[in-house]
Amino acid sequence: MTVLGVVVRQESWRDRFVTRVLQFRELAIAVATVLVFTLTWLNNSSFGSSASIQQLLSGPSVVIILAVGETLVIVTRNVDLSIGSILGLSAYLVGDLFVHYPTMPVVVALVAGLLIGMVCGIVNGAIVAYARVPALVVTLGMLYIIRGIDAIVVNGIQIEPSQIPHSFVTLGAGVVLGVPYLLVIALVMVVLVGYVMQNYRPARDLYAIGSNPEAAVLAGVRVPRRIFGAFVISGSLAGLGGALWLAEFATVASTAGTGYEFVVIAAVVVGGVAIFGGSGTVFGAALGALLLNTIDQALVASRVSSFWNQAVAGFLLLVAIAFDRYISARAERLLRIRGAARG
Amino acid sequence: MVSHSVEASLRDIESTNPWSMVKRALVRWEGGLVILLAVSLIYGWTVSPYFINWETFFFAGLNFGEIAIMALPLTLIIITGEIDLSVASMLGLSASILGYLYMHHWNLWAAMGICLLVGVAGGALNGLLVTRVGLPSIAVTIGTLTLYRGIALIVLGSNTAEGFPGWTNRFSAAIGSTHLAYDFAIFLVLAIIFGVVLHMTPLGRSIYAIGLQQEAAYFSGIRVKRIKLGLYVVSGLLCSFAGILYTFQQASSASDTGLGLELNVVAIALFGGVSIFGGRGTIFGVCISVATLASLQASLTGINVSAQVQSIVTGCLLLLSVLVPRGLEYLGRFRGQSQRRMAKEL
Repeated sequence: MTVLGVVVRQESWRDRFVTRVLQFRELAIAVATVLVFTLTWLNNSSFGSSASIQQLLSGPSVVIILAVGETLVIVTRNVDLSIGSILGLSAYLVGDLFVHYPTMPVVVALVAGLLIGMVCGIVNGAIVAYARVPALVVTLGMLYIIRGIDAIVVNGIQIEPSQIPHSFVTLGAGVVLGVPYLLVIALVMVVLVGYVMQNYRPARDLYAIGSNPEAAVLAGVRVPRRIFGAFVISGSLAGLGGALWLAEFATVASTAGTGYEFVVIAAVVVGGVAIFGGSGTVFGAALGALLLNTIDQALVASRVSSFWNQAVAGFLLLVAIAFDRYISARAERLLRIRGAARG
Repeated sequence: MVSHSVEASLRDIESTNPWSMVKRALVRWEGGLVILLAVSLIYGWTVSPYFINWETFFFAGLNFGEIAIMALPLTLIIITGEIDLSVASMLGLSASILGYLYMHHWNLWAAMGICLLVGVAGGALNGLLVTRVGLPSIAVTIGTLTLYRGIALIVLGSNTAEGFPGWTNRFSAAIGSTHLAYDFAIFLVLAIIFGVVLHMTPLGRSIYAIGLQQEAAYFSGIRVKRIKLGLYVVSGLLCSFAGILYTFQQASSASDTGLGLELNVVAIALFGGVSIFGGRGTIFGVCISVATLASLQASLTGINVSAQVQSIVTGCLLLLSVLVPRGLEYLGRFRGQSQRRMAKEL
């Protein structure tokens, strides 16, 4: 992304080519998604029905919301493994709130989920940013701790669909003007965070930290504060994701969201966010989630045994990482050639 | 940071009086682990007088054997500064292939051979993508985590393989009249081999060198890529071997065998004092980490704490494993500053 910053100011044809190659990253994912959709549609006409398309779009919404937060963290060269556990805890606690206060408004439920996630994110962020210990270890520890707390809270009692008010379940299944509510919420998050990530200084600082932490410190970036912020947002969005998860499935056990962290990281990486930080956008991450879900559904619609889903997702992930490496190596070489030409 | 640690290690080498050596051993993470192990054993004993007996020892070994075996090659990989998150998926893949082939009337030994070959191939795929293509290991192994588990699903689907021959039952019992579980005994033998290789051979020194300064290691003639590739192959091999042991122990295999265990394996290595940044960690530390977690699990199970709630303890210990050394470092720096100030005033 620092590459992009240079590019916009200098406008030579090589620069524009680099820009285009870099922008191609997100376009390629979008094209792949459309391609998968079209091929499956030709094969099975019911895949193009409005109900099916609504399913395709609302299915990955929760993953998209988590992927937005994870992108912020990965861009700073950290990782948040605790989001699956945060989602599970938030989903259960919001469900529990409905059990005690059945008349609670929908908005309050969403805010409650967000706040629960925020508390977890604050703990993650404070330890990683201010104690300066590796995020992988901290968030792995928090994954266990939050899951354990979840187990204590749940204590073997599931939330049943009958305990969730109708208005909240509508949020998970309903549509507004043909667009699923869940997708609307996810899109609002993507556009909002995506806009901020491209235009505001604190967000640009995240890219600076991920590209070169030492240089960011020397440039006066308040590194701990920014990393703290990234973890708080990631936790909050995971909490919001938990509330939406409850709206979508209306039933929660203590294992809800187990293993979600890898699904989300897979979507983020397929979406072109470099695992070692410094580049990638939330739009890419959202498209990555959409692509993986579309492939899942396409395999079902093509009557390929659903047992193939995971292997295909894993293979795609490897291809995406290798492709990303190829592109970034090319961009780097072009920049070097340009630097040499200037002498 | 680097100069600080070099200074510290030089100081370590210089001071040889016995008291400072004892102090150093206690301050090291492994020393803390030994104390924690003792505390957890005493706690277990106060909770129930039946805690310290051979049966507890046997079940602890049985529960932790496979995870501990997978932690050994992972320790070496983390010391080189890389990571392997696909270990549990490889265990599941190996278990599924073993189950599938046995259900299709293969000779069990031939099926086990195929499993080990698949393990080598899977490890080599990880290693080649990391070393030859130059991709980040965390991304590659999250990919193969999904891929290998996915292949396991294709192989076995929703079936469960059962009915393995009678002699495989022994893997869920103790060796002869001892109280040592088979998988735990295999772990102990492997731990000795890994300990000798890591701490007493040029290869072991090379592994540390790669983790501390990869470029410097490369320019001093260490075959960085070859060693890393080799470690991934060993990891794949031992994980598929652990899959075979696990299948025999459970007397069944399914595509979700060992689902999610990768985090436990990583936790054991990190809790054993292996630095996630590479270059630091011992096999002894990993062994003590296995013993501590096993004893904690046994004592918590003794007072009816569910497995899920026990994960809080695992998580807190993981956090401590990074926070305590960091705290000591701050204390050390603070003390160094005040000493210097005093020297200046004098």
